[in-house]
Amino acid sequence: MTDLNTLTLADARDALRRGDTTSKELTEACLKAIDGAGALNAFVHHTPEIALERAAEADKRIAAGDAPDMCGLPIGIKDLFCTEGVPSQAASRILEGFLPQYESTITAQLKSAGAVMLGKLNMDEFAMGSSNETSAYGNAVNPWRRGNDDAQLTPGGSSGGSAAAVAADLCLAATGTDTGGSIRQPAAFTGIVGIKPTYGRCSRWGVVAFASSLDQAGPMTKTVRDSAIMLGAMCGHDPKDSTSANLPVPDFEAALTGDIRGKKIGIPREYRMDGMPEDIEKLWDDGAAMLRDAGAEIVEISLPHTKYALPAYYVIAPAEASSNLARYDGVRFGHRAKLEQGDGITELYEKTRAEGFGAEVQRRVMVGTYVLSAGFYDAYYNRARRVRTLIKKDFEDVFAQGVDAILTPATPSAAFGLGEMTDADPVKMYLNDVFTVTVNMAGLPGIAVPTGLDKQGLPLGLQLIGRPWEEADLLSSAYVLEQAAGFVAKPGKWW
Amino acid sequence: MSIDTSTAARVAKLARIKVEEDALPALAAEFNTILGFIEQLNEVDVDGVEPMTSVTPQRLTRRADVVTDGDVQGKVLANAPDAREGFFAVPKVVE
Repeated sequence: MTDLNTLTLADARDALRRGDTTSKELTEACLKAIDGAGALNAFVHHTPEIALERAAEADKRIAAGDAPDMCGLPIGIKDLFCTEGVPSQAASRILEGFLPQYESTITAQLKSAGAVMLGKLNMDEFAMGSSNETSAYGNAVNPWRRGNDDAQLTPGGSSGGSAAAVAADLCLAATGTDTGGSIRQPAAFTGIVGIKPTYGRCSRWGVVAFASSLDQAGPMTKTVRDSAIMLGAMCGHDPKDSTSANLPVPDFEAALTGDIRGKKIGIPREYRMDGMPEDIEKLWDDGAAMLRDAGAEIVEISLPHTKYALPAYYVIAPAEASSNLARYDGVRFGHRAKLEQGDGITELYEKTRAEGFGAEVQRRVMVGTYVLSAGFYDAYYNRARRVRTLIKKDFEDVFAQGVDAILTPATPSAAFGLGEMTDADPVKMYLNDVFTVTVNMAGLPGIAVPTGLDKQGLPLGLQLIGRPWEEADLLSSAYVLEQAAGFVAKPGKWW
Repeated sequence: MSIDTSTAARVAKLARIKVEEDALPALAAEFNTILGFIEQLNEVDVDGVEPMTSVTPQRLTRRADVVTDGDVQGKVLANAPDAREGFFAVPKVVE
């Protein structure tokens, strides 16, 4: 039999229901894979006791015939989710030792569905980064390599540990979060599927906040079907999140019909950037051809404010971060700096935050502070929010023209080497999110699907963007793309 | 607009992050790079455009203004770096 940790959620679920395996066996296979994958630095807090306990409970439920889809399936949880009694530090020194006294809504829903938590996953500090290099735990490493070159590559970020863990079969799936591309970019860099649902679909309660008007959680999985299964367990109305949508949750898996005949797929001309690598351009063209062959109508569209999405994001996200991260003051939880004789409360705040926050987080908090400060609020923050209105209107206009989904590359390149961007200015790193950030700005659902390899053998992904609340339809289109592309490559095991 | 070291120091102070004097020039340079990137937004005609307040057209839900939880002092204080007699403890703030 195949190694159990390599199964998809769907196959494992079906095997459990047939009685071919047990949650205990699945969980043990994953724990063993995790133990052998220290070199990837994907799991940063291990919870084998919790995992085995939940697996035992799940096996009882399955035997009793009362098993939701996720029951008994071992998954990893991004460190951004608060999990009761289990370290949850958003990969930051400032939350070292923090043990939440409560469980995030999403992890609570997954738990009550019977999912088995294997541990917490590496990420960029406070989800600020595109390479997992800002983590207090050190870099997560991409299981993929460039051919025989043993240079270590980034798994992307911020959900880099989630992506590496799923791609390396350390867990069957993982949770991620996405503020500007943090699910979709790492998914593309590691050859897996990741969906950011419509803003409001998944509760943000108990997820450490970065930029509250942009943050959304979502699943990171091996297949589109798995994303449909896991998303169903993650979303739903939550009175504890005032922006959570009170809408019914459709059966996403049932929506995977494989039929997209007559659907209109838009190709935005503004996403064809100067200097786009040939591999990416070809991937995109091939993807459009696959959807056309499946019966969709491919139309060129225009999203005229695309180039302003990233600069507007780098006003709005830091502004919200500076406000959200004000809570880390060394008083109520987390790290507190050692004080000198005579230091007062201001020194307590300033030293604690200087020691606790890494360089990128400090930079963004200060940029946010600046754009919100007296005299600049209108020029920066309000202007960015006006531009955001225009970016959203771009999408509304094309959807009003009958476009069902939009096809774009997920990233402007394949995974790059860890350390390769160290000397680049921060803006170069920000460009990783150029294709994904528009989706957060407009609150739309977006999914990354692996569809090919570049010349060096690294995975590349395409992104489909859907209408608000129509994740079911979006997943169905993504499923067709996945089937047509037939991406089955896996990283060779070196770790 | 260009940020000098004294502005960088002021921003650090507002953000309550201690930045050493000798780190200010590099910080100011980074701010300038990022703000230079953001300057592009000035090209956009935003006349008559409302600043976005909610990305999905929804009213924030309301509930009755009543206490819905409480009696969890132990949990609230469980992660405090310094808690004494049921309170968070901080350095003296009043002389």
